[in-house]
Amino acid sequence: MSAAVEEVVTEAPAVEAVPKRAMTLGTGTSLTVLALLVVAPLFVKNFIIFQMTMLLVYGLAVLALNILTGGSGQFSLGQSAFYAIGAYTSAILMEQYNVNYVLTLPVSGALCFAAGFLFGQPALRLSGVYLALATFALATAMPQLLKLNFLEPWTGGVQGLVVTKPDAPFGLPMSQDMWLYYFTLVITIAIYIASVNLLRSRSGRAFMAIRDNEIAASAMGIDVALYKTLAFGVSAGITGVAGSLGAIVVQFVAPDSYTITLAIALFLGMVVGGVGWLPGSIVGSAFIIFVPNIAESISKGLSGAVFGVLLFLVIFAVPHGARQVAIVCQQALAKYKRR
Amino acid sequence: MPAFEWRWAAFSAAVAIAVAMSPGALAQSKYDTGASDTEIKIGNIMPYSGPASAYGVIGRTEAAYFNKINAEGGINGRKINFISYDDGYSPPKTVEQARKLVESDEVLLIFNSLGTPPNSAIQKYMNAKKVPQLFVATGATKWNDPKDFPWTMGWQPNYQSESRIYAKYMLKNHPSGKIAVLYQNDDYGKDYLKGLKDGLGAKASSMIVAEESYETTEPTIDSHIVTLKASGADIFFNVTTPKFAAQAIRKVAEIGWKPVHFLNNVSVSIGSVMKPAGFENDQGIISSAYLKDPTDPQWKDDAGMKEWNAFLDKYFPDANRSDINVVYGYTVAQGLVHVLKACGNDLTRANVMKQAANIRDLELGMFLPGVKVNTSPTDFAPISQLQLERFKGDSWERFGDVISSDVGG
Repeated sequence: MSAAVEEVVTEAPAVEAVPKRAMTLGTGTSLTVLALLVVAPLFVKNFIIFQMTMLLVYGLAVLALNILTGGSGQFSLGQSAFYAIGAYTSAILMEQYNVNYVLTLPVSGALCFAAGFLFGQPALRLSGVYLALATFALATAMPQLLKLNFLEPWTGGVQGLVVTKPDAPFGLPMSQDMWLYYFTLVITIAIYIASVNLLRSRSGRAFMAIRDNEIAASAMGIDVALYKTLAFGVSAGITGVAGSLGAIVVQFVAPDSYTITLAIALFLGMVVGGVGWLPGSIVGSAFIIFVPNIAESISKGLSGAVFGVLLFLVIFAVPHGARQVAIVCQQALAKYKRR
Repeated sequence: MPAFEWRWAAFSAAVAIAVAMSPGALAQSKYDTGASDTEIKIGNIMPYSGPASAYGVIGRTEAAYFNKINAEGGINGRKINFISYDDGYSPPKTVEQARKLVESDEVLLIFNSLGTPPNSAIQKYMNAKKVPQLFVATGATKWNDPKDFPWTMGWQPNYQSESRIYAKYMLKNHPSGKIAVLYQNDDYGKDYLKGLKDGLGAKASSMIVAEESYETTEPTIDSHIVTLKASGADIFFNVTTPKFAAQAIRKVAEIGWKPVHFLNNVSVSIGSVMKPAGFENDQGIISSAYLKDPTDPQWKDDAGMKEWNAFLDKYFPDANRSDINVVYGYTVAQGLVHVLKACGNDLTRANVMKQAANIRDLELGMFLPGVKVNTSPTDFAPISQLQLERFKGDSWERFGDVISSDVGG
């Protein structure tokens, strides 16, 4: 045990310490972004609304990873597995048991929280890249588990399940896409506020203490094991809700939707958005949705290579992602105000 | 005078619009979104990246073929504008791309989108929007379902009907055989297995003595072959994609197993399967086909093959000519051109589906002799014919008649 402890002490922190006030946006900026998100769909086509909904869904999943990595300093390449559990929970409840889609979200969240909490137990013994590898195994196993024969009556096996898109309730005069967008928006905002509060609370401080120095944290009386698994659970739960929303919006779940590619995309989104900066999640999500499209429009045959170059440029120019850009803008604005 | 000029300009613009909008000016042409006097917009979704990117060549072949059609004057004077997007074989991305094509690019139809999971993801959407999802590039059985999904149509012979043809052959020629099956653990593999079981009927449980599945991520399938041999089977049904098919053929020979070997049509390419596996190991393998294999020497002087080669020389010179997918893309593009020509000046979505469901005995250059496309309002499986073939020397020798087998979705 002592060898491991020493290693932890000498090891440079895997994630750079982010002061908790730097984790969020100012009130003014938040309200502006919110107003934009509320008003924008009224002026665009249904297809764009669909893309914006996906932006929120992936944003939520990236946010969940951000709490885990940026908050408690643990890596995960297995978020796609929790996303899949959430998506399948909603799809199965809606299609096989006729449960209302709204009610499936808390079920997914709870189930994924439990799954994440349980997975966090063995993961306690691992840290850094070893933890990343363990979660990687989870992500590669999930699509095959979903194909298992004895689960087929529920999961639809390799054929997947088609999900019915809900109509706007109370006869509201809006399209299905627009209703789903606002529905997703409300849930995203609720989870975002809850996450910000979580990170500002006693538990959040515990997460960050563990991230910065495990030994110091335990010396302060923090139950390291409990809070590490808790971070895993919370992150998995939010990812599960994102998965549910994704399933309802896309109207289809299949094992091929939740491969390791998705886990890597979410990880990418977190890094591009800025590790530990919650508003960056939405920027990271925009990156993983729109940049592949841009890469494709530049060159069809080499879209992967173009995407790689763009990603490299972003990491090279702004290694701390969108957070860095935001800080630079803020400083420029402050200078302008002073003049 | 500026005010007067303004009014005059507005007036003439209004007249111009009125003339353009009046049906008489358009010579009785009818259009839906995506078609006009000069252009037909066709959408397409392909896995240019990701695990199935080998199939991306189908999209490139189709684009090349439409370039040829456009260079030769288009279809009834209208140019084809072929918009092809990448979905990386990921269903959520397919939904996004399909919606982009329908709602943003405003295509007339989506043509030959590839893969069973991606097409399943957009089927409901396409049918709700009443936009044709025409000639999908998958062998699953469920696309032939005109009653529930009147806007979706398949193209190639489906996996289940192919399996049934082998089952029929086994029952007739090896009624007391013991069958071992190796299949890929996905929709494609399971469809073949289901077809075989359905085809064998009541005898399925007694005849099939071993089933092994493999994942595409496995580096080698040798151990599965050894297990299957140990089951004592004397018939081997090999449901694998090209790389694994070659491995399986080699391993079967290596361990001295001599079963009656059935190989699925997915892997009949001489260039990418039979040759790498070694011709001495291939002798006597039974399979089926509906396309001419460009690497098969028997078609060297065939007219259809020459036409295909001329097309590649001019419009797609860097194509890999031993790739059967290039033949596939060429043929299905010809199928679409046939439908669009049949539509004449009535380029509405409804008429596209009507014409697509009204193909009679269409023969294309790269089909095996005797294979024909046939559809009807109740039959949305355009190609449902295959011919059995046996490997002999360095090429396939066809035997028996062209067999039809339709399985509904």
